[in-house]
Amino acid sequence: MSFGPLQLCLLFSSALFCVGLMGALSRSNAILVLLGIELMLNAANINFIAFWRYGPEPSPATGVIFVIFAIAIAAAEAAVGLALVIAIYRHQRNIRLQEADTLKG
Amino acid sequence: MNLPVAQLWLIPALPLLAAGIGALTPRGGRRLAATVAIGALALSFLLSVGALITALADPAAHLVHNFDWFELGSGTLRLGWVLDPLTAFMAVMVTFVGLLIFIFSTGYLRADANFTRFFCFLSLFAAAMLGLVIANSLLLLFICWELVGLASYLLIGFWFHKPAAAAAAKKAFITTRIGDLGLLLGMVWLYDSTGSLLFFDGGAGVLEPAALDALAAQATIGGLAISTAIGLLIFCGAVGKSGQFPLHVWLPDAMEGPTPVSALIHAATMVAAGVFLVARVYPLMIADQPLAHVPVHALTVVAAVGAVTALLGAVIAIGQYDIKRILAFSTVSQLGYMMLALGVGSWVAAIFHLLTHAFFKALLFLAAGSVIDAAHHEQDLRHLGGLRGPMRITFATFAIGTMALAGVPFLFSGFWSKEGILHAAHGWDVSPLPLYAGLVAVVLTAFYMTRLVAEVFHGTARGEGAAHAKESPPTMTIPLLILAGCAIALGFLGTPAWPWLQARLEGRTEIHGHSLLEGGGLMALSILLVALGIGAGWALYGRRTRTRAAAVDPLAARIPRIFSALTDRLWFDELYAATVGRLSDGTARLADLLDRHVWDGTIRFLSGLGLFAGFVNRDADEDVLNGGFDAGSAGLRRGGQAYSRRQTGDAHGYLRVVAISFVVLVMVIMLGGGQ
Amino acid sequence: MTTAFIIIAAATLGTATVAMVLRNLIHSALLLIASWAGIGAFYLWAGAEFVAFAQVLVYVGAISMVVLFAVLLTRHSRSEFAVAPDSLGRILGGLLASGATLGVLIGAVLSTPLLAPATPARGITVRELGGELMGPHAAALLILGVLLTVALLGAVVIAASERGPVPRPPPPPVAVQPPARRA
Repeated sequence: MSFGPLQLCLLFSSALFCVGLMGALSRSNAILVLLGIELMLNAANINFIAFWRYGPEPSPATGVIFVIFAIAIAAAEAAVGLALVIAIYRHQRNIRLQEADTLKG
Repeated sequence: MNLPVAQLWLIPALPLLAAGIGALTPRGGRRLAATVAIGALALSFLLSVGALITALADPAAHLVHNFDWFELGSGTLRLGWVLDPLTAFMAVMVTFVGLLIFIFSTGYLRADANFTRFFCFLSLFAAAMLGLVIANSLLLLFICWELVGLASYLLIGFWFHKPAAAAAAKKAFITTRIGDLGLLLGMVWLYDSTGSLLFFDGGAGVLEPAALDALAAQATIGGLAISTAIGLLIFCGAVGKSGQFPLHVWLPDAMEGPTPVSALIHAATMVAAGVFLVARVYPLMIADQPLAHVPVHALTVVAAVGAVTALLGAVIAIGQYDIKRILAFSTVSQLGYMMLALGVGSWVAAIFHLLTHAFFKALLFLAAGSVIDAAHHEQDLRHLGGLRGPMRITFATFAIGTMALAGVPFLFSGFWSKEGILHAAHGWDVSPLPLYAGLVAVVLTAFYMTRLVAEVFHGTARGEGAAHAKESPPTMTIPLLILAGCAIALGFLGTPAWPWLQARLEGRTEIHGHSLLEGGGLMALSILLVALGIGAGWALYGRRTRTRAAAVDPLAARIPRIFSALTDRLWFDELYAATVGRLSDGTARLADLLDRHVWDGTIRFLSGLGLFAGFVNRDADEDVLNGGFDAGSAGLRRGGQAYSRRQTGDAHGYLRVVAISFVVLVMVIMLGGGQ
Repeated sequence: MTTAFIIIAAATLGTATVAMVLRNLIHSALLLIASWAGIGAFYLWAGAEFVAFAQVLVYVGAISMVVLFAVLLTRHSRSEFAVAPDSLGRILGGLLASGATLGVLIGAVLSTPLLAPATPARGITVRELGGELMGPHAAALLILGVLLTVALLGAVVIAASERGPVPRPPPPPVAVQPPARRA
């Protein structure tokens, strides 16, 4: 069977997404969890570009605009997330995510 | 100095402000309270003079300033004030006489602990009267009318620790209220008939021809024109306020208040309000005159009441011993004169008499106050006497007031104003009776005033107080002197030869004087009657004055039974106590019985019902509703605890659940709903 | 063409996977930078030059610096960058969940008939992109600016010390030269 470029791109993004998910799920270091989530976001961006470029009804700019906005938001998210990590570290002297459970029921 | 009509409200507002300041002044601030009250009234006096100048520039005009007060349904209730010669003369009189009385009060009440309260009430009284005078709306007039009643209640009962004063205050309030009910009904009827309560409103007011024609044209019960009925109802208010028969009983009792209050009530403010009211609504009162078929004209009733009151007051005054009561009954009598003048069609003569009377009656009351103060609050003329020597100024001014009241010819104002009334009565073609009543009252007035002067000032002192009397301080004598001057001078504003005041009041600028000989017969007769009264009084009391307090009154020695009836004021109070009082008692008792047994039983039954329902309610509440809610909330709490245990705080756990849920969701879509 | 793509994808996935597995945080961060750069290469390959440029600028340039700072700020000792080993159950759970997700996604991609056109769509010039951003999407752009400002302010507030301002010592007699503003 032969894959079109669109399928290839989608498979690539799926794999990248799952790598990010695996990192986010299995690492206990909060920074690595955040980086995993960043990878998942990047995988989503790859999808946008793929559909923009090889999609059935390509539109002139939508995909690119979307990705630009997503990158900007990801930058904000990374800044806030890392600030949170620093705040957690100051609070409990480590950044192990499973120990930050003050709000548990 | 002109006062535009739009600023007329300042005249009553200033004393009102003074009353407010007086109410906030602590007891110690005597000088402040008196200064503020007197200053405010003096300013009002100046403004009133300005208003008078404005009014006299065009005496026929009714300058008005109307404004919307509030909207009521579809109609708008409007208030306003009016400036015409009647208003202006009244305002000048009230402020001037009031000012002198205020100044006198600083001397008279110099030792009273509640000095500031007194001046607060006095200012309120003056403000209410001034508001009444400038009102261009029957409603505004009524508001001020009731404020006058309130202030008089407060002032008559100023020494409320005296039971007699408290009772007199209540009596004055309740008696005048009977008349006010008539005024209120008349007002409501008038509003219902015309849709307006403004007196003058550029053709739409109730005292202007359009409304009056409409009112006179309609008939009501008994063939009376509506204007007659409304006029009589309004007159009821005047009867109560001006102490006319049969509601005159409160006025003599009002003597229980401090003497300056008596002067204010009797001269400038309260009793004048009734006469002023009738004069103000005079176009309404005469609206039925052209009608021939009506059973009675409003003015006929007014004249009858006035004649009866004039005679009655003068007769009762003869038999009194209290110096202030004599003056009080003389006020009743003189107010009867004014009503008589209104009734026979000469409202101008009535207002002229009102103005002159205000001055000499204030003079008499203040002089009497001076006597009472000097004689250590001795008011019984049997215990006075011989005060001519020690109290020269008081005696001289009192004598001037007496001669003005009695109508001593030519020099004194009372003579001219009384002549005007007698002439008007003479010219009335309905009945000669008012003229006869007036003439008899002339004799009686001269008689009792001569008796009063002779008993108080002549002879020898017959009591401790009178024996040690000294002349009063200048704050009291100077107002007396000013008032005495006015009591003389004011008459020359309205002599028949040069009737300036009458012409201005009627809105004319030219003055038609006529010779004194015109109608000279009547004048000669009245002079003769005055001489007769004074002569008889002097013969009985002046030649041989009483020497002991217990000596029998010379007149009582001759006609003992009649005299004792007069002393008891012809038993009017007893009559009212036996009729109206008993009726009121009976009604009250009936109401009490109804209250106790019928209404109370109903209420008890209803409350028992309520209690029963409450018990049932409580049982249902505790056993049924509460149990259900308890079970429900316990279940909620358990559920909440179970769920909160799932909140582990483990971020990985949450993310895992999201991932697995996503997988399950995609599987479901692909396997189940793929097509 | 496809070869280039496969190389790029393999490099990206490989660096990302190794980064997620390593115990040394600094190494992980550096490998992730490489991975982001690979994604930028993919964008170039796909013809979205502007996006590639943005990716390099934001991820490789900015976010990586923030990550390195965070790593340095949260370590325990000067020389230690290794994190404690994770529990086996957690690793297994993560592998299971991500593996299942991967399977589902691959299944979905393969089972969906995609009508790919024969020729790829033409690219977009930066001029057109600027027109789009300033024209139809101007409002979104403005809101995004506000969002970034607020988010960065919030990050500063969150990361700032909780103990409040330290009482300043009295000012030295000689005015200190303020530090040069960093670009």
